[in-house]
Amino acid sequence: MFQGPLSIAKREKRKIKAKPYTFLGIPYYVLLTSLIVIPLILIIFYSITIQEQGLYYKFTLDYFTQFFSEQEFVRVMADSIILAIITTLICLIIGYPLAYYITKRRPITQAILILLITAPMWINMLIRTVAWKQIFDMINPSLLGSDFAIILGMVYVFLPFMVLPIYTVLSKIDPLLYEASADLGGSNMKTFRKVTLPLSISGVLSGITMVLLPAATTMVIPRYLGQNRVLIGTLIERKFYDSGNWGYGAAIAIVLSLIIMIMVFFTKKLDRNKEIEHDEKT
Amino acid sequence: MKKLIELRNVTKAFGENVVLKGINLEIYENEFVTLLGPSGCGKTTTLRIIGGFVDPSSGEVLLNEKNILDIPAHKRPTNTVFQRYALFPHLDVFENVAFGLRMHSNKVNIQMQINKLKEDYQLKIEHAQDSKTKKLLKDELNNEIELIKDPNIHLKLKIKTIKEKIQALDKTSADYKTLKENYQKEIKTIKADFETPKVREQRLTDKVMKYLAMVNLQGYERRSVHKLSGGQQQRVAIARALINEPKVLLLDEPLAALDLKLRQEMQYELKEIQRNAGITFIFVTHDQEEALTMSDKIVVMNDGEIQQVGKPEDIYNEPINTFVAKFIGESNIIEGIMIDDYIVEFDGVKYPCVDYGFKRNQDVDIVLRPEDLDIVPLGTSPISGVVDSVAFKGVHYEIDVKTKDRIYTIHTTDYQPEGKEVSVSFEKEDIHVMEKW
Repeated sequence: MFQGPLSIAKREKRKIKAKPYTFLGIPYYVLLTSLIVIPLILIIFYSITIQEQGLYYKFTLDYFTQFFSEQEFVRVMADSIILAIITTLICLIIGYPLAYYITKRRPITQAILILLITAPMWINMLIRTVAWKQIFDMINPSLLGSDFAIILGMVYVFLPFMVLPIYTVLSKIDPLLYEASADLGGSNMKTFRKVTLPLSISGVLSGITMVLLPAATTMVIPRYLGQNRVLIGTLIERKFYDSGNWGYGAAIAIVLSLIIMIMVFFTKKLDRNKEIEHDEKT
Repeated sequence: MKKLIELRNVTKAFGENVVLKGINLEIYENEFVTLLGPSGCGKTTTLRIIGGFVDPSSGEVLLNEKNILDIPAHKRPTNTVFQRYALFPHLDVFENVAFGLRMHSNKVNIQMQINKLKEDYQLKIEHAQDSKTKKLLKDELNNEIELIKDPNIHLKLKIKTIKEKIQALDKTSADYKTLKENYQKEIKTIKADFETPKVREQRLTDKVMKYLAMVNLQGYERRSVHKLSGGQQQRVAIARALINEPKVLLLDEPLAALDLKLRQEMQYELKEIQRNAGITFIFVTHDQEEALTMSDKIVVMNDGEIQQVGKPEDIYNEPINTFVAKFIGESNIIEGIMIDDYIVEFDGVKYPCVDYGFKRNQDVDIVLRPEDLDIVPLGTSPISGVVDSVAFKGVHYEIDVKTKDRIYTIHTTDYQPEGKEVSVSFEKEDIHVMEKW
């Protein structure tokens, strides 16, 4: 009988206790809503409606059918995605061994090497891309506009995004696990395949995501190193600004996002042990 | 017993820091050897040198009289139970235990097996008397190699002969069909005995299950190793190390993280496993009680040197110096003089003892174990004093008696009030005389 009010008071106290935590998330939720959710809704809205008169909008899938009927545009999109995939693969081939090598150094050397890898990011990406353009101008101007130049530029710009997540995951692996594997008869190669790789796959996947997405949509690199070659990012930009056709631009953007989402979804499937998070005990 | 491992003058320095100052040690087959010492004494480094994770700065490690320092860890016939278990977090219990088996079933290992066979036969062939036996041995060797390369070779040959029989059948004869069918049935039954990946996997599963049962973890195969308690993780680590059937199992403070009750249980179980499996255990610990309970042989180490090697009873009863006496159990250590064989003097009184072989009037240290001392009524022994403190320890009281020369620690089941005047007595065989170090 007397426990009633007491337990309510207790519950209220608990509520107050939990509050500081929830406050921490608020800035993010504000940003999330205003900068991601609302624009996303707008993009979808633009892509599937057509303005008839004044404020009257009509549902339509015309933009999508128009896009897929224009061979040229579909080809541009395929080009962009293929270039992005090649870039991602090259980043992975260079980035994984590099990250592995770094984790084997002394802590101080590791810090310096990581600093060196992130150092280019302190300089504006536009400036770095223009610098590459001038290097090509000096060495062999005919290379500008080729796939090679674009891929080289993208690998250069996006490589740190591949190295860092892989390095983070690799450096967290308990070195005792390598010893345990060797102890049980695992050669270096087998240890890598059975221990190192499965334990670092999550880093590889976030690296792939972080390189693939910006590489597929970049505008700066094709503009300067591709000699104004039109890739998908530029195409969307043109639809929005030059021709003022927001609905068409939005539709292209959505198709691209869907393709990338499907690709990311399938790469995530590769992570067979995602439910096993890293050991919290040390 | 046969000598299995020998360390010869092994030293190790990490930069300026000398961790091992020349270790000489012999370890025999089926022995439970404990390396005991305080942290930083070099016991873990010694273990890691045997396991192949650390190279010594100088010295030799012999296994069956052969130097193994050039053999990398993954090819040594040793397995380790690590202090922090080092279970693979991405694998479940079953796969953790199966890890060693999976590592050993590849082409490289087949080549290794063949090389080993060749080596073995090389000796036999060299020692063979006449060319006839030599040829026989060579054929035998080739057969064995074929068998390793293809375990189904004999069965395949059988099938081949049957097929030849089918070919030879008279097609016009009346019972041609039934005969052929019979032969084909025979082929089928032979094929069922083929060693396929499926059969191999089944054999691996059986073996893993056997070892899981040995450490009492049936039913946990598909459990993630994170969801196990400390004791269970410990058992997985032990099963994982034992499944490769090593000649030597190295255990690096494997019980340190467990609570007292579980630790005592595991001590018993480990000892059982060691007895049943017939494997040499080299066990590192800083817990003297653990060492005394489990070991056949204790190696007491301090500061990179071996202090004493011996059976638990000998180490406890006849410590060679004050370090060992203090580290193994509690003791009263008293400086004295060896007057003559069987006579020792301390605090101005001569006592008969059982020790001999010292120089006359040599300075010595004397150990009196607390449980060997008795409290007797005042005046019945030459040593008398006042009860200084009393502490209840469960089975016994720990009583400090203050005399004019020193404080004696005594373990007794009889309570004595603080401040009481008493005498302390002991028998002559309770006096352990050690050379001064």
